[in-house]
Amino acid sequence: MNTTDLIHRDATTWEIPQAGPMHVPVILYGGESLIADMDEKVREQACNVAMLPGVVDAVHVMPDAHWGYGFPIGGVAAFDPAAGGVVSAGGVGFDISCGVRCHLTGVPAEAIAGVAGRLADALFAAIPAGVGSTGRVHLRGGELDDMLTGGARWAVDRGFGTATDLERIEEHGQMLHAKPAAVSDQAKRRQRDEMGTLGSGNHYLEIDRVVEICAEDAAVAFGLRRGDAVLLIHCGSRGLGHQIGTDYLRDMVVAAAGFGIRLPDRELACAPIESELGRAYLGAMRAAINCALANRQILSHLARGVFADVVPAARLELLFDVSHNTCKVEDHPQGGAMRRLFVHRKGATRAFGPAHPDVPDALRAVGQPVIIGGSMGTASYVLAGMAPERAFSSACHGAGRAMSRHGALHRWRGGELVAELAQRGILIRSPSLRGVAEEAPGAYKDIGAVVDAAEAAGLARKVARLEPMIVVKG
Amino acid sequence: MPILRFSSARGRACTWRTAQLLLCTSIMWEHFAHAADIGLRGRGATREQAFAEAGRALTAVVTEVDRVAPRLAVPIRCDAPDDELLLVAWLNALVYEMATRRMLFGRFDVRIADHALAATAWGEPVDVARHQPAVEPKGATMTALRVAREPDETWIAQTVLDV
Repeated sequence: MNTTDLIHRDATTWEIPQAGPMHVPVILYGGESLIADMDEKVREQACNVAMLPGVVDAVHVMPDAHWGYGFPIGGVAAFDPAAGGVVSAGGVGFDISCGVRCHLTGVPAEAIAGVAGRLADALFAAIPAGVGSTGRVHLRGGELDDMLTGGARWAVDRGFGTATDLERIEEHGQMLHAKPAAVSDQAKRRQRDEMGTLGSGNHYLEIDRVVEICAEDAAVAFGLRRGDAVLLIHCGSRGLGHQIGTDYLRDMVVAAAGFGIRLPDRELACAPIESELGRAYLGAMRAAINCALANRQILSHLARGVFADVVPAARLELLFDVSHNTCKVEDHPQGGAMRRLFVHRKGATRAFGPAHPDVPDALRAVGQPVIIGGSMGTASYVLAGMAPERAFSSACHGAGRAMSRHGALHRWRGGELVAELAQRGILIRSPSLRGVAEEAPGAYKDIGAVVDAAEAAGLARKVARLEPMIVVKG
Repeated sequence: MPILRFSSARGRACTWRTAQLLLCTSIMWEHFAHAADIGLRGRGATREQAFAEAGRALTAVVTEVDRVAPRLAVPIRCDAPDDELLLVAWLNALVYEMATRRMLFGRFDVRIADHALAATAWGEPVDVARHQPAVEPKGATMTALRVAREPDETWIAQTVLDV
């Protein structure tokens, strides 16, 4: 992105001023090299979002942003229903509530290293992953609707995990006001055999070693100890969320003109929050959030079963579960007063700071954990939300791709990557070597630069740095 | 947008120069770069052929198209208010059939009348060992969406796929 016409607010804050049909400015977070490396499409897409009805304050662009569809990936925007604000299916995306959870094993990484091969094989056997895989939980009719209403709470009630897990999940594991009736039969059919599956692409289950503690106070509160092993799970709402995105994107595009909305990009399909279509989408999207939360909860249960056999000393206590692609109703300070807003985060993480009432009691003094996933060979990070809030309490969500999938496929071979990573002590298990090549660590941006920028910008502070030991890729 | 991959009508990999030479007599698909996802483009002498080639480009996101045997036929119908939304509907119908039948498709017969599409897709169930499926498509977006007849009379049908 050409930075010469941006207003440089401070070392990590840049502004595209409001102009023409934009209702608000765009604020980008990152050092000059991160901003310069962003595609011009990020600018174009963020400016388009700033043209949508009822958008407030600014469109915020995270340090890991890249060209998406409609919204940039790493885009955050809030809408006020009282000002004719909209909810956008394109602004949430297809993989609704795709997210990451982090479990503390409570054992040192050395305890894992001794059984790494066996553990990797057992996890790969237990976790359904990749194209065409099915789970062991098959849902039909009312049972599926119960899951869409209950989320991770439904999963716990079915024996997948414990009630203590729920306190460490956004919305206490259950997104309220979900409407299974607003979810199409096609979406439900796509999901009925996919509960407890990892998916493919950039989704993974990973065992990491805590290699660096960056903030002692938060690390203590989070239970993170240098040298310990942790488990990360990255996946989303599977076929159900994808189909809900498909269904409502189409419906909103067709309906936009009837609402008097001029879409700067059809992918920004949206409907007024206070409309029948807007309410239906919100109900369906919340059902998809519950699906994602239940899915990750089942995967945690499967992983716990494997650890009980292979590393019985591990306890797999849930540190936290964050979602990325969502629209949530939140109160934020605007113009000296709190306003209830519909906050879209597309490829961005909610990052409530210290003292926020929605942060679990045990973590409230230091802020919400923000888990930043890496990519097989690169580090991951645990951050903590900061106060005062910026970007509607949002932070980055990952490194962000620096190279297209096909660029990666032309540059790397899956088998060679697996061998190279094994030499570095990282065991990869995947049903697809081509998939491994497309997800090559080198195809992603420098995650260290992204989290440094997030911290410098006051979005979230670094707590711990993790490095991978075992990766199960979808 | 750089074009990254080409295929002849029979799915044979070929260079851009060869692809240009084949353009008059052959139907083709190609992928174009997108930062996070993958752009699909089908070309053909008719809109129907361009849609069919876009279907092959979709499959090629997952596996090598020539590895998919046309063992089973699946009927697909969809409609939309215009050509571009019809392309999105067509690709999403394929994504749906791939997901729910756990199949891959390699051959398509597409008929379009008044923005209503009726097609037959031939394929087979996913065989992980043989197909080495790389990634599952989530849905066709409306980014870089275009269905048009080029000055040389070739139809193109393109969009970005979320994977």
